[in-house]
This record gives sequence, C-alpha cells and structure tokens, in this order.
Amino acid sequence: MDPQQLQMLSEIQQLEFVAVELTLYLDTHPDEQEPLNEYNKATGQLNQLKVQYESLYGPLAVYGLSPSKYPWQWVEQPWPWDI
Amino acid sequence: MWIYERKLEYPICVTQPDVRMARYLMAQYGGPDSELSAGVRYLTQRYTMPTNKTKGLLNDIGTEELAHWEMIGTMIYKLLKGVPVEQLEQANLGSHFTEHDHAVYPADANGVPWTAAYVQATGDPVTDLHEDMAAEQKARTTYEHLIRLSVDPGIKDALRFLREREVVHFQRFGEALNEVQEELTRKKVF
Ligand SMILES: [Fe+2]
Repeated sequence: MDPQQLQMLSEIQQLEFVAVELTLYLDTHPDEQEPLNEYNKATGQLNQLKVQYESLYGPLAVYGLSPSKYPWQWVEQPWPWDI
Repeated sequence: MWIYERKLEYPICVTQPDVRMARYLMAQYGGPDSELSAGVRYLTQRYTMPTNKTKGLLNDIGTEELAHWEMIGTMIYKLLKGVPVEQLEQANLGSHFTEHDHAVYPADANGVPWTAAYVQATGDPVTDLHEDMAAEQKARTTYEHLIRLSVDPGIKDALRFLREREVVHFQRFGEALNEVQEELTRKKVF
C-alpha cells in the first residue's frame, strides 16, 4: 500500500476512533450537549474524508454503502490483515 | 445487520514473525476472556436488557469487540506468516499445525477450543452487567500480561490500545449498571 494511502487510512482510523469513543459515551450520557457536538463534528469530517479516500482507492464498505467503479473494486485492494 | 469496513480499528505493525507471541495472543482470540467471548456475550445479552440505553450500549460495545477480535486475528496471522513447521514445533504449536496449519483458529494459548460456556446470559440485567464488568477486568489483566510478554513495539502498542478500551468499557458498563439499579428501585418504590 502506498504511503499516501496509508496516511489517509490512518487519518480515517483516528477520526473514526473519536466517533466510536463518543458513541459509547453518549449511550450512557445522552443529554450532554458538548460531546454530542464533538460527535457530529467528527462524523462530518469522517464522512468527507471517506468519500475522498474511496474515490482514490475504492470502497471501504459495500452492501450498498459505497458505489464501485468497473471492474468491481472490492476484490482488488489488499485486506486489512495483509497490509 | 452489520456492515464490514475494510480497515482495522487501530493499525497493527508487525516487524517480524514471532511464534511464541502468536501462541500467547490466542488467549485473546479464543480464550475464556477473549474478544470473541466479549463480542458474543454482549451481543447475546442485549436482547433482554431493560432500558433502551443499556440495549444500545451492549450493542455498540459488542460491535467494537468484533473489531478487536479482528485486530488479534491479524496479529496472530502476521506473527505466524511463513514460519517453518520446525519453529512452530519449538514454540509448542506442533499440535496447532497438525489441526490448523498456519490458520487462525479460536482456541486459547493452550489450544483449548473456544466454547459458548465461557459466556452467560441470565436474563437478569444486574447479574449480566456484573459479569460484563468482571469480563472487562479479566481482559485488562490478560492484556497486561501480554504486554509484559511482548517484545515487538508494534504489538506492544496495539495491546496498550486494547487494554485501554477494556478500561473504558468497564467504566461504561458501570454507568449502565447504576442506571438499571436506579430504574429497578424506582419501579419498586412507586
Ligand atoms: Fe471490552
């Protein structure tokens, strides 16, 4: 995997981690405004970055979440355990 | 429904194979306090939780555990990759090779296969949440042992991340338990 792709993937991992952590926090603190704002901010940035990543390197998720160029890109890229 | 995302929750950098460490890591892939047990436990218990909050929490932590299970599987796969059978035998993985070759299999560090008997779902939310909190502590302790046993900085780093997640999960389960107990006493009083 080229360094630029790895760098972008790492940014996605970091942003999504923020979203995961805030999801669990909000599950037990649903009335707190500040973490909710943080969650929405991270989600917006994450989705933007994912669209950008996917247009360059193919879908991060299938089942209808992201479109694919021809030929079916899902089976072209390496799997996470092979990176 | 679950959607698979083509990435690990946290990157795993392995510099070289290490059969010994691969074997120890199986504790968290298919042992009693493994990520597999955690995932199955929470995703099974969630149905009979009494509040929407606790259902959500078990759903979401259970889902994160599956991502951790993938991280451990990735570590084991990378640490065993291309290792000749003689080296597997020297690290007590000759019997693993006999049954599984270089495959990643849900058994513990001693080769005992995973079983659903490692998890409970009693239908009593107070009991189940106590089990969950204990499970997070047991996993944290196991990670501390694994961190002491590991030499590869990439493995150590990923294990520290996973240890920290157990601490956070324990905290969230504690909050859920408080909520459930308050709910139960409120119902008894009025
Ligand atoms: Fe956990």
